[in-house]
Amino acid sequence: MEPALGRSEGITINSTAADKEYKTSGAKPPRRNSRQKQEIWRRLKNQGVLWFLLLPGYGWLAFAIFIPLLIMFVFSFLSDVPFGNRVVEFTFKNYTDYFSRSFYWKLTSKSLMTGCYTTLYSILIAYPMALVIAKVLPNRWRSALFMLVIVPFWSNTLVRLYSWAIVLRNGGVIDLLLQFLGFKPATLDILYSYPAIIVGLVHGYVPYMILTLYISLDRIDNSLLEAASSLGASWWQTFWRILFPLSLPGVISGSILIFIPSIGSFIEPRLLGGRSGTMIGTIIEDQFIQLFNWPFGASLSFIMLVIVLLLMGIMALMLARMRLLRTQ
Amino acid sequence: MKKSIHVIAYAYAILILLFLYGPLLVMVLMGFNRSPLYELPFNFDLIWFQRMFTNERLLTSTRNSIGLAISVSILATFLGTLAAWALVRYSFRGRNVLQTLLVPPITIPWLILAVSMLLMFYWLKIPRSNMTLFIGHVGVALPYVILVMITRFQGMDRTLEEAARSLGASPLVTFFRITFPMILPGLVAAMMFTFAVSFDNFTISHFLAPQGVSTLPVEIYSAIRKGFTPEINAISGIIFIFSAVLILISSREIKFF
Repeated sequence: MEPALGRSEGITINSTAADKEYKTSGAKPPRRNSRQKQEIWRRLKNQGVLWFLLLPGYGWLAFAIFIPLLIMFVFSFLSDVPFGNRVVEFTFKNYTDYFSRSFYWKLTSKSLMTGCYTTLYSILIAYPMALVIAKVLPNRWRSALFMLVIVPFWSNTLVRLYSWAIVLRNGGVIDLLLQFLGFKPATLDILYSYPAIIVGLVHGYVPYMILTLYISLDRIDNSLLEAASSLGASWWQTFWRILFPLSLPGVISGSILIFIPSIGSFIEPRLLGGRSGTMIGTIIEDQFIQLFNWPFGASLSFIMLVIVLLLMGIMALMLARMRLLRTQ
Repeated sequence: MKKSIHVIAYAYAILILLFLYGPLLVMVLMGFNRSPLYELPFNFDLIWFQRMFTNERLLTSTRNSIGLAISVSILATFLGTLAAWALVRYSFRGRNVLQTLLVPPITIPWLILAVSMLLMFYWLKIPRSNMTLFIGHVGVALPYVILVMITRFQGMDRTLEEAARSLGASPLVTFFRITFPMILPGLVAAMMFTFAVSFDNFTISHFLAPQGVSTLPVEIYSAIRKGFTPEINAISGIIFIFSAVLILISSREIKFF
């Protein structure tokens, strides 16, 4: 008999327990030598179980996520798509093309700006909401409101965008409302404009910010706030000197979580942006769906990947720094 | 003073909920409006729901999406649960690395993941098929399952299992009588959650689905680009309510953050 798989320390075993088992079962305790053999055998078996558990999942991840990213990196250095008898060689042209043409620079900065706007508006909208949920609402309402915020976030993206297209189109609800209120520019053309993209993105990602902010605000002890106001701090001072600094980890992680998908978005610009919807994401899609210029698409994707990984690294560093400051 | 703050707070919360739900509500309502051009005044009619049920394209793509999402949720939950079990219950070298490896697949935009998978399948000379679609969907759903199940397993009380073992239950009996019932709610929640993730996923399907096969998000995408029809409102409304129910049920088990 051997201990249950993965009991507390997993691989290490408790030799006295094993001894006891031999005694109670009445069998003769085996000699040292075979005990060692048994131990080795048991370790091997544990090792095997470990592989059996991990390999299918991580193998799939490697095959579907990590190896493709490597192949994308290789592809970004090819001069052409390897197809039929085409001569394909290694080249840096895809990257020099990107860096030498201001068109792509402008698009990149447009994508980055879109990420900034989306993040900024999300913070502005989400902060008061998170504050309301964490500090004003009674407990029994809290989780209900929390759920109400989460549901649209995990529901279908395309359904969400379709609903915005319905609302924003000419003759749609917003248009009619403005006309009713007396503004009457015959056609407003909100759909298929840059603001429509931002609206769609903010609508999609603001729940992220509400959630991360709620988590960090909820952790702040109410007595801190009470102490501040009883010592004569105005609500603005309380907010700016206590609440905001303590909620900063939430702001940072929420921002990164919104910024990254925003710069990589292509559905929102395509569907809501019309002609002003050209961004790096849509250019990448074009290379693969329309133009068959896959190596260039791969290099653009790789550049975006580098930006994303850099942002993730920065976030991790900032959060670690904050934790360090707090413990000191 | 205190009271006015409360009034403002509630008003703000309602405003935000209006922003989150308003467009969806309008969309659903317009599915019940007779006018094909979403014109007002509002005339209640079920014609678009009837039409939707005879629209073969829409029905086929919905069936594709449901079938894909069900198979993805079963396999991803199975593989992810095994991996999560290993990560929680065993200590071995490289465990932290494996756990950290789960973060990039979640944060890297799906566009990049989809494009890179397209390139790899081309490289390996595997043509786009239902299989490539399936591989991609399981790939992006897996990290979510593993992370969800890790938190689930960490929060599990182990004393019950230990009690069963010390009372003489074999590992197999312990697993089926104690461990499995304990993780079952988590498993179901993870399956619902991955169903929602796969059902929602447009990007992977857009790049990896074979010619002529479309999923529901792909169908909605082309409807927005080519022309609106209230039939899409009707089916979108149904889907929204359906996925809302899924999320609400699974959220009881999954702590989303």
